Formats: sequence, structure tokens, C-alpha cells
Amino acid sequence: MLSFLRKSPADGTTIRGTFAHGVHPPEAKDDTSKLAIRQFPFAPSFVVPVSQHIGKPAKVIVREGQKVRRGECIAEPDGFLSVAMHSPVTGTVRGIGPVPSITGRMVEGIFLEPSAASSQEVMHGTPCDVATASVDEILTAIQRAGVVGLGGAGFPTHAKLKIPEGKRCDTLLINGVECEPYLTTDHRVMLEHAADVMVGLRYLLKLTAAKRTIIAVEANKADAAEALRAAVPSDLQVEVAVLPVKYPQGAEKLLITALLGREVPSGGLPIDVGAVCTNVATTAEIGQLLPTGQGIQERVLTLGGPGIRDKGNYRVPIGTPLRFVMETAGTTGELGHVFLGGPMMGQAVSSLDIPVTKGTTGVIAFTADQTGPLTDRLEYPCIRCGACLEACPLFLNPSRMGLLAKHGRYDEMVAEEHLFDCFECGSCTFVCPSHIPLVQHFRVAKTQMRRRKAKA
Amino acid sequence: MLFVTAVATLAGLTALLATLLVVANARLHVEEDPRIDQAEDLLPHANCGACGRPGCRPFAEALVTGEANPAECTVSSPEAQATLAAFLGVALEEREKQVARLACAGGTNVARNHAAYSGLSSCTAAALVAGGGKGCFWGCLGIGDCEVACGFDAIHMDPHHLPVVDADKCTACGDCVTACPKDLFSLQPVSRRLWVRCASHDAGDEILEDCEVACTACGRCAFDAPAGLITMRDELPVIDYSRPDHSANDVPIRRCPTGAIVWLDPEEGPVKGPAARKVLRKGDRRSAAT
Repeated sequence: MLSFLRKSPADGTTIRGTFAHGVHPPEAKDDTSKLAIRQFPFAPSFVVPVSQHIGKPAKVIVREGQKVRRGECIAEPDGFLSVAMHSPVTGTVRGIGPVPSITGRMVEGIFLEPSAASSQEVMHGTPCDVATASVDEILTAIQRAGVVGLGGAGFPTHAKLKIPEGKRCDTLLINGVECEPYLTTDHRVMLEHAADVMVGLRYLLKLTAAKRTIIAVEANKADAAEALRAAVPSDLQVEVAVLPVKYPQGAEKLLITALLGREVPSGGLPIDVGAVCTNVATTAEIGQLLPTGQGIQERVLTLGGPGIRDKGNYRVPIGTPLRFVMETAGTTGELGHVFLGGPMMGQAVSSLDIPVTKGTTGVIAFTADQTGPLTDRLEYPCIRCGACLEACPLFLNPSRMGLLAKHGRYDEMVAEEHLFDCFECGSCTFVCPSHIPLVQHFRVAKTQMRRRKAKA
Repeated sequence: MLFVTAVATLAGLTALLATLLVVANARLHVEEDPRIDQAEDLLPHANCGACGRPGCRPFAEALVTGEANPAECTVSSPEAQATLAAFLGVALEEREKQVARLACAGGTNVARNHAAYSGLSSCTAAALVAGGGKGCFWGCLGIGDCEVACGFDAIHMDPHHLPVVDADKCTACGDCVTACPKDLFSLQPVSRRLWVRCASHDAGDEILEDCEVACTACGRCAFDAPAGLITMRDELPVIDYSRPDHSANDVPIRRCPTGAIVWLDPEEGPVKGPAARKVLRKGDRRSAAT
């Protein structure tokens, strides 16, 4: 039916199917997709929040005044659903206290001051060899390396890769879709670190015992697919699948539908349908860190949007304050809107004092005159056009949910409209001709329901 | 003939169903204390939940069984409570009137924003967008979820977007306490005169940059107060209201440099100490560049 969308790439491989619904926002990737990853300089001060992942915050193991080295573990995982934190610089711990975060809450964090002689050299740890290490040893190594999903959600990777008793994984999916507009980090990682991806794959294959491995790339990154195909070692069976460009294809549940035709049940996990899905940058990071026993102390992010002067893909140390990032890259005028992540699922930033964390996929900035005054975007009543129903990839009813939310009828949203299945991709808000902030309504509804549940 | 049959059938059916209803009414009759209805009539029908029960009817049931005291209904006037107590034949418990109080004084004239928020007009929604854009992470966002939540018209936003509670109208139902995403409201007995109008865990110059009336955690109030009455915890003074001398005099507020700790005068409202920096600005404090 949608065959007209499936253009064949130059090398003649067929493009796979895709999921139903979804939207096509402008890609806006051309500014940065050709720019190679560059190392970002050290900021004069660092703030490392100990909670950059979903789960329990890490336990601080340094004290004020202590000297730390780049790559040294400064916070240990506290329990299974928690990962370690590593120092991004060689320097001194200046304090431990509340730091602002993108969620609007203050979280515990470590303030670091780099020493004058701080170098790019990173401390090595105990290596984890894929040939000899056991499954549990690899899982622990991933946890100790502080690896979380680098696609933005920040779910601890070792927890995702631990196959529960009685479940089997037949397919390993590596997610290189990157469907968010403006972001090109995964694209560059696939191009420049294809070999690391393959090393990481070996670890993942040992953990999941999957028979089939698919790396998913969207058709607008044909060069990355090419680089990955060329990097596949002769002893590994890896398919590189090229998918039509569509948003939100990078959501793992939709990617599984697009590639395997399986539907992850409501409230379920990919493993329930025999699949495990990992971000490609996460895989590359595992391939890079585990052989040397290092931890994540920097990540690749895209600095983009018309508000940034030196756009590009940078390897930025974790904990670099956003203010320093903006000052170093430069802006084209007075900043209007700044987002962490892409414009669809990213979060608006209220203060530049928050640091870059493991979940920061990019920083997108617009100047004040590019976005116009805030009062321009008037909201109109819902005209029941149904555009949001056509857009919602999960076949929910955003229109009805929006109307219910307006009247505070949150119980009905959960009971009748499956509110908690919504993963806030923003497709409904994107297509709404009345400019109704649907996703924001849903976020408020979810928060209120969680508050009520916590109280009960 | 057809006419007669139709009338007869319907008449028969009516008689049968009526009998059934009469029998059912007699057999399934539930004995209910008539005082519940009468007690409910004496309640204000606000269904606010201040008594901790879902509505006035369940409260009336609890009253009749003796599980609740008329004084628990904070919405009723003292006269109404007395009438209810006399009707039930119980002694009216002595309960001090409570009011909702806000632990923030950071209106737009003294506190500044790091970013302008646009979107749903609700504090809860704003708080989800990176905290709402206010410089102080703990402070009142000023969009007025509490004003909307208040069913007694007791909360109004002042010109600087700060809620003001009308103590006479406030019934301490607690709706504003639940509505505030920053947890700034709490229910306080009116006899508590010392009050800290700040919730910021930042201190010193850092917090003054964002808010001129914030607590800098200098500790003067704790030093001036009777020993042990005020303790500094997480950069804020904590008043021990369990002590009988908690509101003996206004000495603790006199040297406060910002006026974060105030004396709540029943007539004049919140009074700052003489050492507090005067706020003369009428308009909004300029927002900091992001």
C-alpha cells in the first residue's frame, strides 16, 4: 500500500516495512550530519548529578576536597537498578549538594573543579574480555561502566540485557534509527565508530544468545548503513536493515513492529515478544569501554538549531554546564528556546546551569526572533478533525484524552483511554491544527495519577 | 372486545407489579437511623473533605455513631457546631482554628525568572517543564492552581502573582495543600505567629540573586529566639511549634535581613522585622538572561 514511499537505496537493498500511523516532521539534519565528531574542551567547573538514569541514584563515594582522576568512579551503583558515575576530569571535588536538573527537581550531585594540568587521558579499570567473561561478569562490567541507554531515556543497560528466567531472546535489535529532527549523533557514531559497534555486539550476543541480529537505520542515513555493512566481521551474522524515514520509528516498541511485525503488549517489554533492543551509541560505548574497563565520562551530542553558531557533533564530558556549552559553541543572537534532545521529545530548558548528562542526545537552540513571541501560539478548541488519531502510533485517542484532561477526569483517561501506554512522542501535538498542547495535558495527568497512587 | 382485553391486561400487570413492589419494600427494608438525615441537614453541604471523610453524608453517619465530633467540621460556624452538638447530645471538642499558609513570599516584584513559561496555564504543568522557569526551584510559580482549587473563595492572587489566603474564609479543607506542585501550603493553627515565608534550600548570595526576600540561612533568628526554639535545618529555620512559648514574642524576626521570617499579626497581617530590607519595587523584577 505504501510502496511509493519505499524508495530503493543506491545499493539495491530493499527497504523494509514500517509501523502504521506516525508523522513526518522536517528532518533538519543536513546542517550537522556531514560534520565529524569533535572533542569538546573542559569547562572551568563540572556538576555531575548522581541520578542520570531511571532507578535508584548512585551512592557517592568521594568526599569534599578529594582529588579524582578522569575516569575514576565517584559514585557506586546502589542496588540492581542503578549504575556507577565516573569523574569527567582530573581535579578536585569541590562539594556535594543539590544541583538543578532538567526535571525541575533538585538532585544530589558532585561539584568538580578541574586541575590546571587536567589531560584527556582516562584512567583504565579492570578489562572485561568477551571471550572469557561469563554472562554475570559482563552484566556487572556494564553496570560498573555506568552504561545507560544513550538514546535519551537513560534506562540502565545491564537491567535491559538481563534476560529474565523463562524468557528467551531470539532477535537482537540495534537501534540506529534516530528519527528525531536535528539530531545526528547516532548517525556520526555509526559512521565513525562502526568497529566499536561490532565489538559491543559481541558482548550483547553473548548476553542475549540471540540467533538473529538486525541493525536498523533509516533511509536518510544510507552512508551509515554502508559503513556498518563494511565493518561486519566475517564470523558475525548481522543484517543492516534500512527503514523508510518516519517518526517515531526510534521508539523500540514501534521498531520491533516495523522490523519483526510483532507487537509488544501494553505494559510489556520487548523481551515478551523475544526481542531485545539497544541503542547503537550504547552498543558502541560498550564496545569501547568494556575491553579497557573504563566508565562513561563523556558522550557524543549534537549542537544544532539555528541559534547555534558552531553547529556540530561534539564529544562532551558529562557534567559540563550548559552555559559553557553555549558559550563555547557560540550563539547567533539572544537565545529564545533551548531544548535538551530533539524538538519532538526533547525538554525545554529553563536554566543554563543544568549540566550535560548521559541522557542528553543534543542541545537545540533557537534565537528569540526565530521563534517569535510566546503569545503568538494561541490555542483553539478541539474541532474533532481526528488528525491526532491518524498520527498516534499506538492507536490511542489523544483527542478524547485531551478533552478529559481539560476537566481533570484523569481516572477515565487511565481506565478507558490507556493513558500510561502513551510515551509522549508528540505526534498528536505536532499535527493538531488547534495547537492544543496534548502531550503536556498527558504529562500533567500522569503526574497527578502517580501522586494519587503514592498517597493511597 | 379488543379494548377491554388491553385495559384488563394492563390493569392486571399494574396490580401484579405493585404487589411485588409492596412486598419488596417490606422484605428488603433497611433500618436507618433517622438522625443521619437530620444531622446531614445541619452540615454545610460543602463536601470539601476537610473532616477527612469523602463528604458530608459519611461524616453525618460518623457523627451519629459517635466516631466523629461536630468540631471536626471546620466549615461550620461555631454556632452551627454548637447546634449540631446539642442535637447529638455530645460535648463540643475544643479545636483551634487552622488556616492554610504559604511558605513563600517570592512574588514577581522580588523573585526573578530564568525563563518565560508558555503553555498550559497551570502550576502543575509548568513545574513539569524544567521546574517552571522560576529562578528559585522551590518557590511559588504564581499561576494559581491553589486559587482554582479553593472551593471557598479564600485564595486570591495578588498583583505580584502570589496567593493570599483570606483567613476568615479559609476552612482548612486542604485542597490547596494538594494542588500546589511545590508543596508550599500547609495547614497551621492560627495561634502560631512566627512563620517562615521561604522554602529554599539554597543559601547566602546564591539565593539572593534569585529572590530578594528569601532566607539566606544566616541563623540570626535561631540565635535570638529562646534556646532550642528555632533550629537551622537544610538552610532553613525550623520552628518547634510543640513548645508552649513558640509565639511568645517577635524577637526572632527583628534582625532578619530579608524578612523571610515574619510575625503574623491578627490585625495587620505579616509583619517583617525592622532590619529587613525594604522592597519598594512595584513592577516585575527583570528576568535574568538565560
